[in-house]
Amino acid sequence: MNDTASLQVSTPTDREIVMTRIFDAPRNLVFDAFTRPELLKRWFGPRGWSLVVCEVDLRVGGGFRFVLRGPGGQDLGMRGVYQEITSPERSVHTESFDDYPGESVVTTTLVEQGDKTLLTATILYPSREVRDMVIQSGMQHGAAQSYDKLAELLAGGH
Amino acid sequence: MNTTKDLDAIFAALADPTRRAILTRLAEGEASVMELAQPFAMSQPAVSKHLRVLERAGLISRGRDAQRRPCRIKAEPLTEATAWLEGIRQVWESNFQRLDTLLDELKAEQKKRSRTKR
Repeated sequence: MNDTASLQVSTPTDREIVMTRIFDAPRNLVFDAFTRPELLKRWFGPRGWSLVVCEVDLRVGGGFRFVLRGPGGQDLGMRGVYQEITSPERSVHTESFDDYPGESVVTTTLVEQGDKTLLTATILYPSREVRDMVIQSGMQHGAAQSYDKLAELLAGGH
Repeated sequence: MNTTKDLDAIFAALADPTRRAILTRLAEGEASVMELAQPFAMSQPAVSKHLRVLERAGLISRGRDAQRRPCRIKAEPLTEATAWLEGIRQVWESNFQRLDTLLDELKAEQKKRSRTKR
């Protein structure tokens, strides 16, 4: 089942990116890992970056605030507001970066598949231009396997 | 090398499920408009419209044979569009691998707790 476990990325419409990934864990644990600060700090962010600020107010209308610190000491802040929470199966939140224009909307669903959990994260960008900018930097950095300036790619999925 | 404008056209062309299905069919070999229209239960003009979008995006080429004008898939732009997505995929996959490790630890903790309870 290793094939299905690896991450799939697609662009179903010209303003969206959809990521699907299977995790070998029950749904409530995956939901916790995406929403509890003490757990987020243990995995969220590109390699070499750490989550130095992680505040989550997990209720509709509540916000989150993340600051990622890079290997060179540079900070990248992001924030958003929860629009919908159905624990542990679905959440919708807005997301924006301190240093980049535009706000995206991230819809996350978790579906149980036996002992595993299928994650689907749909990121809706304000425009096709913003989405393509994200994809473009994804190729440059990803292909080079350099994770130094990749935090902007975190537009979604959390 | 594609410009951003070309890539816009490629992604817009790929955003439609019928056009993706047409490309999947053409990946098996060339086909005429009539041959393509059949499995999709669409009129030939409707298929032709989709083919024009794919042709403009540089994803297919049409043969010169006036009667049949067979369509062929062009792999190069597709490879490039895929490479863009592959970059994003790699970044997140590395991120998610760390999440895999965390989830394994959480599962182990949960097991230990349920054992102690008994």
